[in-house]
Order: sequence, then C-alpha cells, then structure tokens
Amino acid sequence: MRDMVYLRGVATLELDSELCIGCGSCAVVCPHAVFVMADDLARITDRDACMECGACALNCETEAITVRSGVGCAAAVLNAALGRTDACCCIDPGD
Amino acid sequence: MRYTVVPGLYGIGNPDRQSPVLVTANYKLSFDHLRRACDGLDAWVLVLDTGGVNVWCAAGKGSFGTDELAHRVVETGVDMVVDHRRLILPQLGASGVAAHLVERRTGFEVTWGPVMAADLPAFLAAGMSATPEMRRKRFGLCERATVVPVELCSAAAPLLAAALAVVAVGGLAGSSGFQAGALTEAARGGVVVLIAALAGLVGVPLLLPWLPGRAFSVKGAVLGGVVTAVALSWRTGGDPGWLLRLGDVAWLIMGTALSAFLAMNFTGSSTFTSLSGVRREMRLAVPLEIAAVIVGLALWLSSLWLPGAGG
Repeated sequence: MRDMVYLRGVATLELDSELCIGCGSCAVVCPHAVFVMADDLARITDRDACMECGACALNCETEAITVRSGVGCAAAVLNAALGRTDACCCIDPGD
Repeated sequence: MRYTVVPGLYGIGNPDRQSPVLVTANYKLSFDHLRRACDGLDAWVLVLDTGGVNVWCAAGKGSFGTDELAHRVVETGVDMVVDHRRLILPQLGASGVAAHLVERRTGFEVTWGPVMAADLPAFLAAGMSATPEMRRKRFGLCERATVVPVELCSAAAPLLAAALAVVAVGGLAGSSGFQAGALTEAARGGVVVLIAALAGLVGVPLLLPWLPGRAFSVKGAVLGGVVTAVALSWRTGGDPGWLLRLGDVAWLIMGTALSAFLAMNFTGSSTFTSLSGVRREMRLAVPLEIAAVIVGLALWLSSLWLPGAGG
C-alpha cells in the first residue's frame, strides 16, 4: 500500500549531495521513506511524501539536509495567525 | 487523573547488565504501550520528562530531545547499570533527538527502533534491525477512527451553540410565531449544521483516501456539499417557493464551507501533512470559507425577512 500524499510541490526539503557522507541516518529516521541510499549516498526519491518533521536534518551530521520543519496542523497555523501562544497547537509565527 | 510517569530508569522482566535500554516519553499511554509490547522480554526503560506528552509531539516541541536525553542518562546513572553503550529510541523521536550529538555527549550510541512499540520484539529478535515496513508511519482506517472522537469533542460546544442560534433566528423570523419558525429552521439549518459537521469531523477522516482532492478542505467541501444537498432535498411537499429555495441555497453554501473548514482541521491529526502544505491550503481555503459563510448568511437572512417570506 502506498502512503497517502498531501499537496505536491510544496515541501521545503533539500539535500546537498556534495555534503552527504552516506551515513544513511536520513533513510532510517524518515517515517515516510523519502530517502533511499544509492551508491553510498542519500537520494530524495519522493519529496512530496515529506511531512517536514525535520528528523532527517536534525540527524544529518554534515548538515547536508535542510528543511523548514514544523507541524502540518491547521489549528496551529490559525492559532499563530490569531496571536494565540497558549494553545496546545502552536508554531513559531516567524517561521 | 494523572497521565504521567515519573521520569527515570525502570526495569521490565529481569533485566541484567546486557539488557537493551529502551527510551520513551513519560506519557502514561506511551509507557504502557511499551510495557505491553515488551511483555516477556527483559529490558531497561529510560523514561524522559516530556511533561506527559507522547514521543512524536514531544519530539516536535523538543522536550523529547537531545538535551533531556543527555541529562536523563547522567541523572539515572544508566552507564553504571549496563555494560553496553547503546540506547534504543523510538524512530518518531528523531525529530527531537540528534543521535550523533547524544553519542558525543554521553558516549551512548543511539539505535533507532521501530515506529510502533508493538514491533519491538521482532526488531530485537532480528538483532536490532527494522524492516522497511517498521520504519513507516501509516494512517489506516482504525488509526483515523481513533482520533475522530478528539475532533468531535473539541468542536461539539461551538457547533451546538451555532445550531441553537440558527434555530433561535428562525423563531424570531417566523411569521406564524416563534415556535413554528424555530421548528421549521431546526429541520433545515439545524440539521445542515449537524450533518455538515459530521461530514467534516467524521466522514472525511474515515473516507480520507477515497475522497477527491489532496487538500483536506477540498475533500471536506465535496463530502459536505453532497450530504447537505441530500439533506435539503428531503423536504416533502409541493413547490416550496423561491424564497425557501433561496434559503436552501444559502444552507448548501454554508454547509459546504463548514465541512471544508472542519476537514481542514484534521490536518493536525493526520500523519502526512507538512506545514508548508497546510499553509498553502489555508491561504486559499480560509478566505473562501469565510466568504462562503458571509454570502450564505446574507442569502439566508434575506430569505427570512424579504417581503413575501412566510416562515
């Protein structure tokens, strides 16, 4: 079964292959199998499946991966827009 | 009721100096899931202080994080309890914990365990190796159904208030007395509010993979529009007259918008929506939803108070 996929072409995930040392951490931590290892280097196979959780970037020792991480939650976006900071769903409005 | 576990080092079965160390959050449900999954195994469990929040959400906020893990390793003296230097973390903790930094700071190597605690025995039996399936977060029908009550509870009060307000307005507008007008509108506006809400809060989560569109608000608008149209078409009797029809159109617009808005909120419960995607969706959907409600209200109130409205 293929995972459900959200909007196409919006994920901010980027991989700089020049910096990749092929440790494979990104492929392990990603819950949506966005990365595969090929020729001892990581490669993005399905950027649209990325939910921007940030696990890959945080666990990339050489900082080859960048992503603007956050929670994909409409309530959080609304709370931020309305200036609420005490709700259970919050994101940094400056993101 | 308290849903937290005191942070620290716990034992499952009869752990010894070689037993694996499993790390989890101090949300009681997370801890209990882990305990149940490891029934029959001997293991240590290192419980981090996440303020009673589950691993995934705590990792997103950073409380299930590198700092807390490093701190808890030192505080519990787990290095004096086991001979090995390996911590097994739930994979969904990876958005809060940088494995290489943990190793640098504590000397413990992080091994990413499976997404689901239930896969731990198989993971351990396979020599700490996860199958590709264990590494993926799915969002099946049962999982979607599990989060529906949460959405229902948080939306129940404002929805009931809205339905009551609709009925009251119907009563005030009724030319044949408050009660008759209120009953008439309860059978239309009140029903639409509840049915459209159920479409957005229950129907969309359950039918998620099969509804058209990728944006949740599109899925909500489609389902909400259909069920509202069906509910409105159930009126019996002859020609309802153009004012009543105008009111029906108003409710079709508002029902569709309500379902779209509530479905959009399900992005927060889903396991595959990105912040960039939700922002993109909302930039278009929220203004449309607001406009639809304004237009719908204007049409509905006109249909009640325009000359010729009979209630």
